[in-house]
Amino acid sequence: MSTMSARERILGKLRAAAPAPTHDAVALQQRIDEHYADGTLRTASPGQLADRLQSIMASVRTDVWRADAASWPQLLADKLAEAGIKRLLLDHGSKEGAVLAAALPDSVQTQSFAQPIEQWKAELFNSVDAGFTVARSGIAATGTLIVVPDAGSPRTVSLVPPLHIALVYASTLHADMHAAARSEGWIKGMPTNLVMISGPSKTSDIQQTLAYGAHGPRALWLIIVDDAVEQGGAA
Amino acid sequence: MSGVPLNFVSPADFRSRVDQALQDGKLRSSMRGAMDFLQTKRQSQFPDSDELELLRDLGEAVRRHALANLPQLLQQLEANLQANGVQVHWAETAEEANAIIHGIAQRRAAHRIIKGKSMASEEVELNHYMAERGIECVESDMGEYIVQLADEKPSHIVMPAVHKTKADIGALFEQHIPGMSYTEDVDTLIQAGRRALRQAFVDADIGLSGVNFAAADTGTIWLVENEGNGRLSTTVPDVHIALMGLEKVVASLEHIVPLSSLLTRSATGQSITTYFNLITGPRRAGELDGPREMHLVLLDNGRTQAYADEQLRQTLQCIRCGACMNHCPVYARVGGHAYGTTYPGPIGKIISPHLLGLDATADLATASSLCGACGEVCPVRIPIPQLLVRLRTEANRDPEQSVAHPLRGQGANYSRSEQLVWRFWSGAFARPSVYRWFRWAATRLRAFAPSSQLGWTQHRTPLKPAPRSLAELLRERGQAE
Repeated sequence: MSTMSARERILGKLRAAAPAPTHDAVALQQRIDEHYADGTLRTASPGQLADRLQSIMASVRTDVWRADAASWPQLLADKLAEAGIKRLLLDHGSKEGAVLAAALPDSVQTQSFAQPIEQWKAELFNSVDAGFTVARSGIAATGTLIVVPDAGSPRTVSLVPPLHIALVYASTLHADMHAAARSEGWIKGMPTNLVMISGPSKTSDIQQTLAYGAHGPRALWLIIVDDAVEQGGAA
Repeated sequence: MSGVPLNFVSPADFRSRVDQALQDGKLRSSMRGAMDFLQTKRQSQFPDSDELELLRDLGEAVRRHALANLPQLLQQLEANLQANGVQVHWAETAEEANAIIHGIAQRRAAHRIIKGKSMASEEVELNHYMAERGIECVESDMGEYIVQLADEKPSHIVMPAVHKTKADIGALFEQHIPGMSYTEDVDTLIQAGRRALRQAFVDADIGLSGVNFAAADTGTIWLVENEGNGRLSTTVPDVHIALMGLEKVVASLEHIVPLSSLLTRSATGQSITTYFNLITGPRRAGELDGPREMHLVLLDNGRTQAYADEQLRQTLQCIRCGACMNHCPVYARVGGHAYGTTYPGPIGKIISPHLLGLDATADLATASSLCGACGEVCPVRIPIPQLLVRLRTEANRDPEQSVAHPLRGQGANYSRSEQLVWRFWSGAFARPSVYRWFRWAATRLRAFAPSSQLGWTQHRTPLKPAPRSLAELLRERGQAE
């Protein structure tokens, strides 16, 4: 069996049946743009977008705190100590990771994701209590964080530990997903992984009963840093 | 579970299973509760009917644009995925798709596959195929895990275990999960499922997922889920294989924005699900997790047959939200298993004939009152009732008749005697003298009307002509015919 020939046969059947190629891509794009253009949040201020993000995420059992750039590390350090978190995964190489690590009490140990996952898979699954990531941005309309993993904060940091802690700058918030995709230039090139996160893991697979903590993080904490005045804090 | 074949029932036994399902009070009540719940949830997401209709127009336009350009988009998707480091495979049949996946597993000496939810993998019966070859597939979506433990197939495309109650699942977990005692507490049950599957993510050699949408312009696959098992399956194992029906590609990543909103709101009544996982290739140099090898298997399995016909092509607009099922009076009463197909309910009735042939599925399209609810809720405006009528026509067409785009199994319900009756009928109505004779005979010989009239008398009283025709009654009252 040759898969090459399967390809040719499938494409042959499709080409034989396909209508003349349409060139209405521009018109379609315009319709999509227009649909989102008059969204009520399109004219909202960063503060209003942050309010909306906070209220929607809180409604799906996310613990949300607002803070400014100076106060969030201590606020989060206190919460982590209070929750009894012992081992926190964060990126020491990032500005936020470094300040958070400096603010933490001795009871909270930190570590960076320093080696490929296959070298410490079981340990990652069994002994890390929480993972800290800085979201690239957020979407106010649906209460969503846009997380783009990188070498310092790989995909599993926001996925495997039972608690995920995300930080987002209010200045990075978008009104809706269309605005996010457009202003971040998604179609110009995507990272290997981009995740939109709208709360902790959940399921309704047993008799439509909502239960949190299915396979991903059982809890999600969100710090919104109100940096609207000091634009560019997101770096 | 390995080595145990999944229950497989043939859609050909549809009628007898319908009777069984209708007698099953427990099934009836859990289905009714679930359907009411899902209908209410969906409705709450569309408070503004104008916005809903505009969004449906947009969804339809995006899907029609994609289908109109399908061969080009598939090649563009392939080229961009390959540039991103993804290996692309094409499978004409279920057997070919399974063989491709098995080939990858063999090359990697893999024994364990962890699966995110994938209806395409149900369609090709992947678990069964792999089990026969000594490779264990573990379902990680909670609903899929439950039906796998029960040795069943999903009864709903979005909520696989919708037919089961808490009590059913409590008993199932007690039986299959070591150390678990019976409970109906849903949080406890979910935590037990989480614990039972945790190690399976660590141990798996391969992660297998479906695909909700694929963007040709960036070479991105877009996965929609709430649990995080899809992210784990596509991130933790060293190999990720995605299996995708070839109709799921759209031209642009930005086109998926309105589609994804329609999907989650129509399916489970959520403005968005917990995770949208956008994957654009395997781990790159410098990254520390994610699969080092990634494959996409493009599946035809009869979809090109639907594509060939302009009307039936609309079947492929589907984004698998399941809203048509949730609003179908037939599905709500018989549940998903009665159909005997991977995709049950209205969408199953219109897609299955292309996957399995009309000969295996001819009765499905007849199980509809054509009430139109499915078409009204479809987020991409598939005219499901019209397609059902079309499939009935194809099933009743003379198998010998030559048509432009013949369907596999054409004429599966064709009956020579039925055709004769219709020919006589049209002949009688076309000739006034024959018609008058027939009218006279039918009214005078009414005593000979049979008491058993095939399908008609299954659920209705026998037809018996009136003693006098309307024309005669009018004449008696002094009015000309």
